[in-house]
Order: sequence, then C-alpha cells, then structure tokens
Amino acid sequence: MSKIAFRDITKRFPGARRPAVDSVTFAVPEGSTCMLVGTSGAGKTTLLRMVNRLIEPTSGEIIIDGKNVLTENPIELRRRIGYVIQQIGLFPHMNVAENIRVTAEVAGGWTQRRLDVRVDELLELVGLPPVEYRRRFPRELSGGQQQRVGLARALATDPALLLMDEPFGALDDITRTRMQDELLQIQRNVRKTILFVTHDMDEAFKLGDLIAVLDEGKVAQLGSPVDLLTNPANEFVARLAGADNVMRQLEFLPVSGALDREQTVPFPGWENVPECAPNASLLTAMLKLLETNAPALSVQTGNDSRVGYITLASITSGITKTRNKERQLASERA
Amino acid sequence: MDALLEFYLDPRNNLVEQTITFFQLCLIPIALAIVIGVVVGVLVYRSAALSFVAVNASNLIRAVPVLAALFIFVPIFKIGFLPAAVALTLLGIPPVLLNTYVGLRGVDSAAIEAARGMGMTGWQIMTRVQAPLVLPVLAAGVRTAAVQVVATAPLGGLIGAGGYGDYIIDGVNSLNTTEILAGSILVAALAMLVEIGMSWLERRLTPAGLKAQAA
Ligand SMILES: Nc1ncnc2c1ncn2[C@@H]1O[C@H](COP(=O)(O)OP(=O)(O)O)[C@@H](O)[C@H]1O
Ligand SMILES: [Mg+2]
Repeated sequence: MSKIAFRDITKRFPGARRPAVDSVTFAVPEGSTCMLVGTSGAGKTTLLRMVNRLIEPTSGEIIIDGKNVLTENPIELRRRIGYVIQQIGLFPHMNVAENIRVTAEVAGGWTQRRLDVRVDELLELVGLPPVEYRRRFPRELSGGQQQRVGLARALATDPALLLMDEPFGALDDITRTRMQDELLQIQRNVRKTILFVTHDMDEAFKLGDLIAVLDEGKVAQLGSPVDLLTNPANEFVARLAGADNVMRQLEFLPVSGALDREQTVPFPGWENVPECAPNASLLTAMLKLLETNAPALSVQTGNDSRVGYITLASITSGITKTRNKERQLASERA
Repeated sequence: MDALLEFYLDPRNNLVEQTITFFQLCLIPIALAIVIGVVVGVLVYRSAALSFVAVNASNLIRAVPVLAALFIFVPIFKIGFLPAAVALTLLGIPPVLLNTYVGLRGVDSAAIEAARGMGMTGWQIMTRVQAPLVLPVLAAGVRTAAVQVVATAPLGGLIGAGGYGDYIIDGVNSLNTTEILAGSILVAALAMLVEIGMSWLERRLTPAGLKAQAA
C-alpha cells in the first residue's frame, strides 16, 4: 500500500505566471525513499512543504495512510511527520539534547525518563556519542554535526514519514558523502518513507528507490534510477539522468540488460569463467572481468540456471544502446 | 557631608514622599514603555510596511528634545505628575520598541521554519524559540529606556511633577548648593543602580548557547 499519494495537486502562488506545482499525481510505497529532483524553481520545495501544510495547495489531495491531510489539523499533522531542511535551524539557545527533546515534548506523550533514553539512542543512531555531544550547543558543532542533530530531531518521535529538503546541500563533498552513506545505513534500520528533495542527480541515484523528476511544476517522470537511465520519458529526463554519464550507467545498469546476445552455450575457452549475478551492476562485472582477466563472465542466479554471458564488448554495447536511445529522443524532438 | 545628611533627615524636605513620587515617576513610565514597546514591536515586525512606520516614528521621537517633550503635554494635561509621566513614557518607548523589533528580526528564520515544521503552535514558537532569543536584546533596550527615564525624570520638577527634581530646581532657584547636590546625588545613584542592575539582568537572560565559544 502506498504511504503517501499526491492526487492532482496544484499550487498557484498569487500573481505567478504559471503554477509552481501543476497537477502532480504520484504515489510512494511505504518504506521507500522517493527523490524529488529537477532544476531550481521546478517546484520541489513547494511540493514537499504542501505535505506538512507549511504551504496550502490550491487544489488536489494529498493522501497519507489513506487519509486526506487537508482535512486534518495542520499542527497535529506536522507532529507526525519528520522535517529536515538545508538550513538546519537548530535552536541556538538549546543544547543538543534539548534540541532533540523539544520535538517530542511538543508532540507530547513522552515521559522525561523515556525522553532521556530516546535522546541517547538517537545520538548513537546519527553517529554522535551522547556523552560527548549531549550538552554541546549548536555553535559548538560543525555543519555536518549540526545536520546530524537535525536528523535526530526529526526522528525523535519515530515518525513514519520523513520530509527532507536538500538536507546535505550545504555540506562539503566529503561530509555530504559520509552523511549519505549514513542515511542509507540508518534507513536500513528504521525503514521510513522518505520524500527527499535534491538537485544533485548523483545523490538522487545513490539514495533513491524512486525518483520523481519535476519540470516546471509537472512530473516529467516517476521511476526507479534504472528506469530513468534505460527508459527516460523525454529528452529532459534523459539529460538530467545523465545519458552521457558512463560512470552512472556502469554503476546502476544491471548486468541482465547487457548480456552478450543470446549466448548461453559457452564459446571454447569459456568453460570455467567466473560467475556473476544478473542484478549485479555493470561496474561490478567490469571490475571482475578486469581483475580475473577472464574473457567473459557467466551470468547466473543460483547454481546452474545460467541466463547468458557478459563480456567487456557486451558491456560497451549495453551502454551505447542506452546512449543511442537518448540521441534518438533528442532528434525526435528536434 | 553633614549638611547633606542633615538635609535628607530634615522632615520638612519630605524625603520619603519625594522618593515615592520619584519612583512612581520612573517606574510607571518604564513599565508602560515596556508594554507598549513590546506589543507594538511584536505586532509590526512581520510586516515591512508597518515596521517601516514604527521604526521611523521611534527614531523621530528620539529626535525630539526632552524639554520639548516635557512641555508639549502641559497644554493637554496641565502641570503636575501626569504630563511628566506621559512624556517620560514616550521617551522610553523607542529603545524598547526598536530592540524588540531588532531582536525578533534577528531570530534565525530557519529556526522558525524548523519550529513550524515540527508542529509548534504560534504560542509555542513565541515562548520556546523567540522569547529566549529576544529577551537579552529586549533587556538592553529596557536598560537604555530606564536609564534615560531616570535621568530625565528630575526635569519633571519644572512642571510640578514632584520627586527629586523638586530638590534640584528648588536648589537652583534659591542658589542652595546643598539642596542641588542632595537631589543630583540621589538621581545619579539611582541611574547607576539601574544601569548596573539591568546589565546584570541582561547577562542573566542571555542563554548559555549564545555565550558559548566555539570549541
Ligand atoms: N512563497 C512563494 N510565493 C510566491 N512564489 C513562490 C513562493 N515559493 C516558491 N515560489 C515560486 O514557485 C516556484 C517553485 O519554487 P520552489 O518550490 O522553491 O522550487 P525548487 O525547490 O524546485 O527550487 C518558483 O518559481 C518560485 O519562485
Ligand atoms: Mg528548493
């Protein structure tokens, strides 16, 4: 069942030339991470802020757990949803523990003792040793550490839905990469439904189960990272997804899409080549080919259910195939 | 010194009554200035147009000479305590209003956004986020206002408001230096006390997180 669904949701700001969000309809399954991507001004933030009603839609419905949020009390609604923003916005007069507690205090229903335990749990979860960090003030933390607290604060009440608006956008490259890795790690444990705004396609591909591409307020495409690479809906998506980004294709395209034709019977000399799973990335396969110096890899799931072979040549043609598709889309439009 | 002490102890000089009057002449305007300044500051800070009006009106009031402010209400309220209290209130409002405004504008908008996002009510945002961050700035404004009011209140003697100003003005009229000194010392001491007390309060109100040095 879907956790959150947008139904024909539109936001028109007074005096704007076109709607910031234009009849958006899509759903995100429970426990998955949906990345909202698009160029600046595409309406990502507006769409996100309508979910917790920091912005009121002009028309349409937003359904969470089968209930239209527009019929709910906005204050109660926000207390059930985690919210993380790029500017973080920790309260400078509260220490780390207080900053995390306040979310749960506002939501209510927590005893002081449970809160103490919860704060320490969350600090552990985001990689800040409680003994060292509990009593620090925001000013005494680096940007990355502050955003860890921002994340811990959003998770304080254990919300099922998390809204994140370019949370790592202001961090340096190294810190950003580390935070992304840790979010993936955390997500493996907590399994939230996450709506995550970013304009960084690498981030979208890395973190997303689903990617919703927004263009001028409309959803240009909703799909998995692989969908976007292999079947971009239009030239805009193709360009954004990175048709020319060989590294991304290697990382995200599965071996199963780049098999050496229908070659299931081994060529002479291929009898003992190493194996490879069909859902492994082209990059994994390529590295294995280079490392082992084998002429091919046998692509198979279990023991002997071989689906085919993959070679350096078939990897190259697999990538070229996707790239040709982009070119074709581009020329169709021209 | 002896002459001073004698003056203070002389029952004809009504030290106790004059002290009470002077305190009333200071405290009532300060209290009113705080209430009015804070309320107006809170009401206008969100609107660019309203704040423009309020801030400029405050600056205008500050430019009015104290004596003019004191006498301007005499035609309306006649002489006595009331016109002086009104003038002193007016004098106290600008620093309170300006600091309330500056303090509120100074609160990080991301903190407000986060507060709204976690489901704080307007009241919770005000009490839990804005108030702790604005209070030290407000206290600085109140300190300025209070010192100014205390220092100006003796001029109330000119329009018959009573208080320590009577001593000074009497003394000037009768060329009695002891009496002038008796009034001035009290006013100066009180102004300094206010300054010291309010500075202390200001430091007390500043949250540790704003004082903390980066580790
Ligand atoms: N409060 C607002 N009032 C008027 N226009 C707005 C407001 N917020 C956003 N917009 C406009 O809506 C469009 C989408 O903005 P936004 O959702 O912030 O884009 P993104 O997050 O994708 O960069 C932009 O054209 C922006 O100027
Ligand atoms: Mg944005």
